[in-house]
Amino acid sequence: MLEIKGLRAKVGNKEILRGIDLHIGSGEVHAIMGPNGSGKSTLAHVLSGRENYEVTNGSVTYLGKDLLAMSPEVRAREGVFLAFQYPVEIPGVSTTYFLKAALNAVRKHRGLDELDAMEFLALIKDKLKLVEMDQVLANRPLNEGFSGGEKKRNEILQMAVLDPTLALLDETDSGLDIDALRVVAKGVNALRRSDRAMLVITHYQRLLDYIVPDFIHVLYDGRIVKSGTKELALELESKGYDWLKSEVAAVH
Amino acid sequence: MIATESTEQYLAAYKQARSHAAKRVPAWLSELRDAGLASFAALGFPTLKNEDWKYTSVEPIAAQNFARANGEAPRVRASDFVAPSMIDPAAPRLVFVNGIYTPEWSQTGTLEQGVVVTSLGDFIKAEEPTAVASLGRYASAQSQPFVALNTAFLEDGAVVSLGAGCRAARPIYLVFVSTGAGPPVVSYPRMLILLGAGSEAKIVESYLGLGGGRYFCNAVTELVGGPDCVIEHYRLQQDSDAGFHVSALVANLERGSQLTAHAVSLSGALVRNNVRVTLNGEGAGCVLNGLYLADGNQHIDNFTEIEHVKPRASSLELYKGILGGRAHAVFNGKIVVHKDAQKTNARQTNKNLLLSADAVVNTKPQLEIYADDVKCSHGSTIGQMDGDALFYLRSRGLGVDEAKNLLSFAFASDVVGRLNIECLRARLDDYLVARFGRR
Repeated sequence: MLEIKGLRAKVGNKEILRGIDLHIGSGEVHAIMGPNGSGKSTLAHVLSGRENYEVTNGSVTYLGKDLLAMSPEVRAREGVFLAFQYPVEIPGVSTTYFLKAALNAVRKHRGLDELDAMEFLALIKDKLKLVEMDQVLANRPLNEGFSGGEKKRNEILQMAVLDPTLALLDETDSGLDIDALRVVAKGVNALRRSDRAMLVITHYQRLLDYIVPDFIHVLYDGRIVKSGTKELALELESKGYDWLKSEVAAVH
Repeated sequence: MIATESTEQYLAAYKQARSHAAKRVPAWLSELRDAGLASFAALGFPTLKNEDWKYTSVEPIAAQNFARANGEAPRVRASDFVAPSMIDPAAPRLVFVNGIYTPEWSQTGTLEQGVVVTSLGDFIKAEEPTAVASLGRYASAQSQPFVALNTAFLEDGAVVSLGAGCRAARPIYLVFVSTGAGPPVVSYPRMLILLGAGSEAKIVESYLGLGGGRYFCNAVTELVGGPDCVIEHYRLQQDSDAGFHVSALVANLERGSQLTAHAVSLSGALVRNNVRVTLNGEGAGCVLNGLYLADGNQHIDNFTEIEHVKPRASSLELYKGILGGRAHAVFNGKIVVHKDAQKTNARQTNKNLLLSADAVVNTKPQLEIYADDVKCSHGSTIGQMDGDALFYLRSRGLGVDEAKNLLSFAFASDVVGRLNIECLRARLDDYLVARFGRR
């Protein structure tokens, strides 16, 4: 589903991604871990099409198409979804209103009919249950005054409504207490499907107890330095990132 | 008397009006008008050297010849103004065409006891002593050139008066239509709003310019708020692309009275709105809620002045502007807190969204605080669309234009959301959707 080859990217004059190779198949859940500054969020932003990030080398193929050639909105309409680490507050626009507009943009792209307000409310009802949110919260201005947990659940709500093929979760667990984490993880797990893939970016191993990945990759200094299965996460947890840094140093 | 070329036409027009006066004019009214003219002649039009006008040149107004509308109002159909003025067609209303009271389109229906809605002319005849005591009492012709000019040519207008304890259940609409057809016309609407103790009302002044032609509307509203009255005043201004508009809302609020003044400016070539509120009694309060949109080469200037004279009064001001094209907006927020106005609570915010690189805004908060136990804050921002918000919306599939429209609409919506007349708010929402969706 997603094929990243030799991806290099910089922000301003600083090169952050120094050659990423990654293959994600349909139905798979991949986790990316790594110390701060390793480029985890940069990877998420480059994949979603954020403007300040300049790709200097490499390619990204999504469902056989050139992802880097698509604008952010086209990527979204083609089924790429980014759950933000820091969801943006947009006063004056309710979640419901904005999500309906977004869904209709996606549907239009796929040649489907647009939903009217009634149809949309019916659709969103189930999805709200999934993330344990109520309609009142969804009618409030987007993320305004939401707690950290509410913002992250709102991201998963949007994911549930927009029905993406590739979901990128950027440190979805950051700032969450254990209860919020459980609800978010429950929502994400309910959305796992054989025709959908997920890239879960996290700093801490804890999230991966709840969202169990098929593969784990460790990002360090802009490169994937180690890949493995879920046991790798536990090894990192007990030995820390320093262990990995010395391993990498030893190889070079 | 300083008579310059530009004021000359008004002095001449005044002489002519005086000599051709068909109706018998009471002496006090003559004197009031004379004093207005004398002030105007002495002051002249303001220039950029005048601090309160330093960002707004009135040269286009001064340079233009205007005629007073004659008695024959051009044919205006209900459909020309009812929907566009965003009024409730079933509610009481007085309609003015080019400044002239038009009974044919006005309706008051049955008003509550003690609620009076009538033309200025009729009010002067029926309640002369009150008119004498109120007209010109608060709006100073002495220092304000445009108020002076309006006072000089004072003739048509509206009076809304509520007795003590009276409440008008439905909003009262005052509609001012400028046709902009034929040679450019100047009109001088004059309003008096008199609120008895404990009275309550919602009053909407809706200004509409038809046809895109040039005209000059110079309006003055005096609002006298008795103790504990609750008044919502709405000013909706939709002038034509070549229309000029200068207005003054002057409010004097006694103890415990509460004024919410909404000001929505959607178009016009050159617009200047002055709002002056004097919190003249303990515990009085005002909320000023403003939205201005400008595009093309439009110029919109909102000058507000809130005076805290007595203790424990509160003022809350939020003005927001969205500017595109090469538009120029000005916001002046002056707050004066007198020495005895302890426990004053004054908050002022002005936010501006620039949609184009050529749009300009000057924002100037001015606080003069002479008391020492007060809470006063002010803040103004000028910014472009929030890049993070824009990306967030795009990352969910919204196109750039659609996302920008949504954010513009969202920016305006917290001002519009405070309008307390359901049908007006809904009409404005529709207007905003259409305006931002037009791109």
